[in-house]
This record gives sequence, structure tokens and C-alpha cells, in this order.
Amino acid sequence: MIEIVNLTKHYGSFTALDHLNLSIEKGTVFGFVGPNGAGKSTTFSILATLLAPSEGTAYINGIDVTKDPKQVRKLIGYVPDFFGVYDKFKVHEYLDFYGASYGIPNEERKAVIPQLLELVNLTDKTDSYVDLLSRGMKQRLCLARALIHDPELLILDEPASGLDPRARVEMRGILRELKNMDKTIIISSHILPELSEICDELGVIENGQLIAHGNVRQIENQLQAQKVLQVKVTENIEHAVSFFEDDPNVLEITRDEQDDMLLQLSYQGTEEDQVALLKKAVEHGLAILTLSQKQTNLEDIFMEITKGDE
Amino acid sequence: MSRLQSLLINPVLNKEIKLRFRSFKNFLGIFLFLAICGAVCLAFIYTETQFSYDGFTAEDSKNLFLLLSMGQLGLIVFITPGLTAGAISGEREKQTLNIMLTTQQSSTSIILSKLFSSLLYLILMLVASLPLYSIVFLYGGVSPQTVLIMFGYLFLTMLAIGSIGIMFSTLIKRTIISTITTYGTMLFLVVGTVILFLIIIRLIVGFSQGTTGGPQSTDHILPYIVLVLNPAVSMLFSLETNSLVYEFQQIGVDWPFWVGFTIAYGAITLITLLIAIKKLRPSMRRKKKG
Repeated sequence: MIEIVNLTKHYGSFTALDHLNLSIEKGTVFGFVGPNGAGKSTTFSILATLLAPSEGTAYINGIDVTKDPKQVRKLIGYVPDFFGVYDKFKVHEYLDFYGASYGIPNEERKAVIPQLLELVNLTDKTDSYVDLLSRGMKQRLCLARALIHDPELLILDEPASGLDPRARVEMRGILRELKNMDKTIIISSHILPELSEICDELGVIENGQLIAHGNVRQIENQLQAQKVLQVKVTENIEHAVSFFEDDPNVLEITRDEQDDMLLQLSYQGTEEDQVALLKKAVEHGLAILTLSQKQTNLEDIFMEITKGDE
Repeated sequence: MSRLQSLLINPVLNKEIKLRFRSFKNFLGIFLFLAICGAVCLAFIYTETQFSYDGFTAEDSKNLFLLLSMGQLGLIVFITPGLTAGAISGEREKQTLNIMLTTQQSSTSIILSKLFSSLLYLILMLVASLPLYSIVFLYGGVSPQTVLIMFGYLFLTMLAIGSIGIMFSTLIKRTIISTITTYGTMLFLVVGTVILFLIIIRLIVGFSQGTTGGPQSTDHILPYIVLVLNPAVSMLFSLETNSLVYEFQQIGVDWPFWVGFTIAYGAITLITLLIAIKKLRPSMRRKKKG
């Protein structure tokens, strides 16, 4: 569905995108993760035919965005990170205007608009003025607007930004419905746990380069060379520390500040090594109450990869 | 629907008209304009009937017509930049432009719709003022042909100024700067061209006297070009056909003012609109290096 080939964008001496290569299959919900300024919005703008690349190109359904942008526009629905609405325009008029802008006949628009409003839970706002809607409602209306011509690909740039928790949950629900409708969706967000819930694939971008690509588990493996094991003992913690120090796979041992019987081990061994370690520890007579692997999530990974920017 | 029809009648134009005419301030604008025009007419008639011995003559009627026409031209020069210079940059500032640009609407239809919707408001103002011209016809002195010429001038002027406004609005990101630039261009067209004309005439006369010892007929077309760029002067001389024609014949130009004006303002409209259409969307094709 999407093929990004050596996509590069320079703004003067600043390189926003640096030979980005990416392939996304039809029907995939793809999450684009990265810190501010990493190149997410630039990529989206090029895919939406709003920005010309300096080098490389992108294909949507085999159509080159640089060669036939008009055809590409038929295939995409774009929700930018920041957008405005017209004053003195009612919700149904807003959708009708964009429907007409895509050349949808009047009768068809009349049939589609109520369906879209129902999808984004705005049926009761049909006759409201768009500038009087809340931020969350505007965001949902913009999503309905992007769907008016039934595009194959949805490009959603930070659709949940600035929304309160309830509005985020609603947005997530709508995205799940769109996923069930077999739309290809690329979405960027800083709300990473949300991305991991709804996305089939993730791409991590930093300084204009894709540094990881795959499903959530693969991303974690790619970005996380070592895991953290938490060991809680009931007695003789010094003995436990000296035991774990002898294991070559344990890189670092830290004692928990709140719980003086809890150790955190930076561990680089495999799952088999981990089983052997636990067995050996029990044989060694350590009073182990629990040994668990600390659960990391995308938020931790995001913090890890972006810490260099702070 | 034909290609031309879809360029002229399209969703962007519908939206623009709907939003523009829904605003109360636009109706207030027309009301104030008509009130001022009416007051000027009444004041003119009052002055002419009270302070002259021959009452309101056909000549007075013609002068009233000229006054109304110049007033409306002033209105167009003053209002059109305000209506058009924010047409695209305003959408950009409101963050609605990007969404519009991802639709199937062509750049040509967006630009033309923006221009026509702004001009429709002005045309409504002019049409609404037509009954005032009936006063002029009541007393005679002006032929329907002259009225048509006047409306032709007004329409072409608003078309050209509107196109200049749209072009700056497309090229310049901020509405305030675009508006100032458009007003600056208007100032040049209305005042600057007169000053430039006087300077050029002075130079030509001085140069002729210096080289040959006396003025002579030359084929200098520059003063004519500069003057036809001025809508007020051009319209006034076209309505008052005797003025300056002889002087221009002297320097070798025998074209009526309306011809030069139509060509100049037609070219301005065409060029500025082409630039605006070209620059509205980014060119997705990369420039070849070297």
C-alpha cells in the first residue's frame, strides 16, 4: 500500500528526513513513534502531497506522490496535527463542502454524511456550528471529513493530541472501528500505550531515520538489548548480591531505594540462561521470594530513545 | 458539467458565498455604502439647485455621474485589497488551507473561486447602487453607453486588483503583510503612476529641448503606458473624451485610453492569477541539480 523509498527532506542545512525507507502493507494500522522534530509530520506532509521531497519518493498503491499527486489525493484521507474550522459553518455543511470538493454527487453525500456522523458519535451535533464544538468533537469531525470520500489510506497526525482522557478513549474506539473496516491507517502519537494497543506495526523514527520497525514485541527486542530482572529475597541480601555478581550475564546490580530486600539486575542472558540462573540460585540456598522480569512498555522505550534530546 | 462550469461553479465558491453572505457585517457594509452614496447625491443636487441660477441641468447631471463613478472606483480600490489579500493567507492562518489542498479541487478552481466570491460582494454593492444612477438618467446628460463604459472600467479594475490581492495572499504567508503589500501596489497604481507620468513627461520635454532646441512630436509611448495603469485617470479620460487625447496625439500615441487600459489590466489579471495558481500547491516534482 505504501512504499517509501529513500525519502529525504532538507530545510536549508537541516535534514528533517534522511533517506527513509519503509513499506506498509494494505490493511495495516501503522504507528509512527518518535520525539518532536524526528520527521513524522514531514513524512505525513509528503504522503499527503503537501510537501515536495528533496530526494527519494513515496508510492501509494503504486502511484508516485511526486508524479501524480492528484491521483494520490483520491486515495488518502489526511488529518493534520493542527487544523482549523470555518466560522459560521454547520457540521453537516462542513462535511457536505468537503464531500463536494471530492466530487461526490449530492445524493450520495446526503446518504454518507449521517453515517459518518454516527461513526464519530456526532449525530446530535448535525446542526451545530463547527467553531462551537469542543476540541475532541472537532477532532472527530475532522476524522469524519477525512473519511468522506472513502479513502483507502488514512494519514492521522497526532489525532489524540490535546484531548482529555474521555475523548482519547472515544478516539481509540473510532480507530478500532476503522481498523475493522480494513482501512490502512498510519498514525503518529505520543500516547504510546494507545499506539501499542491499536497498531499492528510500529516504526520508530529519530533524526529523520527509521531506527526500528516491526510489531510491539519486535520493537522492544530491537531497542532493548538488555532486560531488567527484579529479585526479592527474604533474608541475607548481601549474600544474594555476591552470588549474582558472579554471573557473567548480570551487568549491573542496583538495590531498590524503597525496599531494601529488592534487587534490580541488568541482565543480558537468554531465557534459558535465566532459567539456569534461578535454578542455581535456589541450589545456592538463596531465600528468593520472587524473581520477575520488569515489564517495559513503549513509554519506557520512548523515554529511552529520546533521552538524548533532553 | 463542463470544465469551465466546474471551474466557476464549485464547492469552494459555494462555501465562500455562503460564509460571506451569512455575516451581518457584510450587509452592514452595503447599507453604509448606499447611505453614503445617497447622501452624496442628495448633497450634490441640493448644492446645485440652491446655489446656482439655472437649477439642476444636464451638465450637472453629468458631473453627478462622474462624481458617483469616481466614488465607486475609490470604493473598489479601497475595499478590494481588504477582501482578497487574506483569501489564501487567511485560510493558511486558520489552518484550513492544508485540508483544502488535499481535496480534489484544482488550484485553478480554488483561486478563481476565492477571487469571484470576493468580487461578487463588490458587484452586489455596485448593482445595489444602480437606482442612484437613475437620478442621473432623470436629468439627462449621460448616455447608456457611457454608463456601460464606466461599469466596464469598474469591473476590470476590481478584477485586476482582486487578482493582485489573491497573488500576494498566495505568495505571502501572513495576511497583514499581504494586505499592506496589496495596498502599496494600489497606492502606486493610483498615485505613483501620476507622479511617474509627470517625471517622464518632464524628462522627455527636457531631453527634446536639450537636443534639438525645441519640443517635437516623438513616438514616446512610455507616458501613455504609465497613465493607462492608473484606473482613475484612465476612466476619467475615457468618460471625458476630450481630455489629454490631443496631447497624446502630439507625442505619437493615438490609442483610446480604454484600449490601453483593457490590455494593461487584462494582462495584470492574467499574469497575477497564473502566478497564484502555480504557487498555491507545492511543486511535487524535484528540481534537478546542476
